[in-house]
Amino acid sequence: MPEATSILQTIDLTKSFGMVTAADSISVEIRPGELVGIVGANGSGKTTFLNIVTGYLKPDRGRVLLMGEDRTGQPPRAITKLGIARSFQIPQLYTHLSVLESLMLSLAAQAGKSTSFWRPLYRREWMAEGVETLDRFGLKAYAHRPGSELPEGGRKLLDIALSFALKPKLLLMDEPTSGVSIEDKFQVMDTLMKVVAETRLTTLFVEHDMEVVQRYGRRVLAFNDGRVIADGTPDSVLADPEVRKAVLGRV
Amino acid sequence: MEQRWFFLEAVVGTALLLLVPLLFPDWMGFIVALALAKFLAVLGVALFLRAGMVTFGHAMFYAVGAYTVGFSAKWFGFRDILVLLPLGGLLGAGLAALVGLVMARYREVFFAMLNLAFSMMLYGVLLKLYWLTGGTDGLGAGVPTFFGYAPPREHLRVYQYYVILLVAGLAIYAVYRFLSSPLGYYLKARADNEIRIEYSGESVRRVIYFTYVFSGVLAGLSGVMAAFIVGHIVPEYAFWIQSGDFVFVALLGGFTSVPGPLVGAIAFEFIRTYASKYFPNEWQMVLGIIMLAIILFRPEGLWSIYEGLASRFGRSDREAQRA
Repeated sequence: MPEATSILQTIDLTKSFGMVTAADSISVEIRPGELVGIVGANGSGKTTFLNIVTGYLKPDRGRVLLMGEDRTGQPPRAITKLGIARSFQIPQLYTHLSVLESLMLSLAAQAGKSTSFWRPLYRREWMAEGVETLDRFGLKAYAHRPGSELPEGGRKLLDIALSFALKPKLLLMDEPTSGVSIEDKFQVMDTLMKVVAETRLTTLFVEHDMEVVQRYGRRVLAFNDGRVIADGTPDSVLADPEVRKAVLGRV
Repeated sequence: MEQRWFFLEAVVGTALLLLVPLLFPDWMGFIVALALAKFLAVLGVALFLRAGMVTFGHAMFYAVGAYTVGFSAKWFGFRDILVLLPLGGLLGAGLAALVGLVMARYREVFFAMLNLAFSMMLYGVLLKLYWLTGGTDGLGAGVPTFFGYAPPREHLRVYQYYVILLVAGLAIYAVYRFLSSPLGYYLKARADNEIRIEYSGESVRRVIYFTYVFSGVLAGLSGVMAAFIVGHIVPEYAFWIQSGDFVFVALLGGFTSVPGPLVGAIAFEFIRTYASKYFPNEWQMVLGIIMLAIILFRPEGLWSIYEGLASRFGRSDREAQRA
């Protein structure tokens, strides 16, 4: 029996920037436990979709429902508190804090203790959980190094780990492998997918690389010109001639 | 290892400061006391520098502390420093809680100049309301009592010095606690990435607001102490040059550590005393040259000279970052 409420549902989301329609009546539903990949060429509206869902952009039209409730236009902070965490195409890190400190700040925020000004950040339970989380993401060796010293793959992983540590109900990942070398790409994805599988985290990831989506997505949405042009299993979506033309530029 | 250095520095620093009234002449004790008093306001300004923000208006909270003393002496003849200290801190916090509502929305140059604007409004009020504030004539602080006890005149300075030292010690402890707390780390993280903070479900405005109120307490305490040391309270306490001095001192000593502003405050008072003695007309030029030298050669301030030397004997730089 399917879950009664979806985690994320968008109804008719539309957003234009001048002449460009970045989101064109997008209606999508994500249910608990799903692992969804969004594929599309550059400029097809993938990131705009994430930006609207997380409240960074206001849609011109349409609604965003989280856990069945209308949250359209609420700011990122409020959306995050509802359990929707996201990572970024360009990693958003604290470069002057150590990797462990950065992660512990997520744990502090999650615990609602981030404005505690008398007890230290270095608490036994947060240190233990922080190191454990870093270990999951293969970043344990960097725990006490500043964020600025991470290699590119590590920066992407930490960016995602910071969101993961918020213990979200839904994790949105924007291009988790962009900027990562071809050799490391699958290693980064393997690490991420292992964490997702182990924690049964509902996940939506955006990717312009068809191969990655095909290999890791269980359901795939294809975007083109701000519209959803296909929605289904990886094989069926990627066999679709319209999708192949839009994403790969050939049939 | 880290802890041993920290302990050593704390013990040596405390011992030196405790001995000041016993070993040095009165005029030197006066300078160190004034430096300790202003150091608290500088600590508050340094918190914002860590967050990549600069304020040119913190003298307003310093003035609130000082005028707390002035009004209390003028209207009630009440001069108990041990009561006026918490009161001045509280009033500093109160004004900061009010002004902070506006300030937490601004960053960069707008934050800096809006602080200046508010402090200059206070300056204007203090200057114009002669019947209340005595205008440029100012107010007298008078002789403080200590929970009702009035020490003999010749020991007054010593009593006052140790009270100030105690308050400075408590403030250092509070700032260390603050900086090692989640809020303190968020403050530092703000300079790196506000987007990530908001996407963690935390409010950058709230972080800035809390810090603002805390820095208001520090500056309020600072003003109470300075008023009693100097004995005379004038609108210049709120003037923008006073705010500028706080920033100057933070840069001089180094704002990335807690001892930095302390070293800076003591150095600043001595430089000013000697410079105005030997170069009565050009003493500001001396300050300018020193600032130039610091920015060119020691951008992390005077304290980093010590850190550089101590690291050769095994003091880790990591501690410097965390402190």
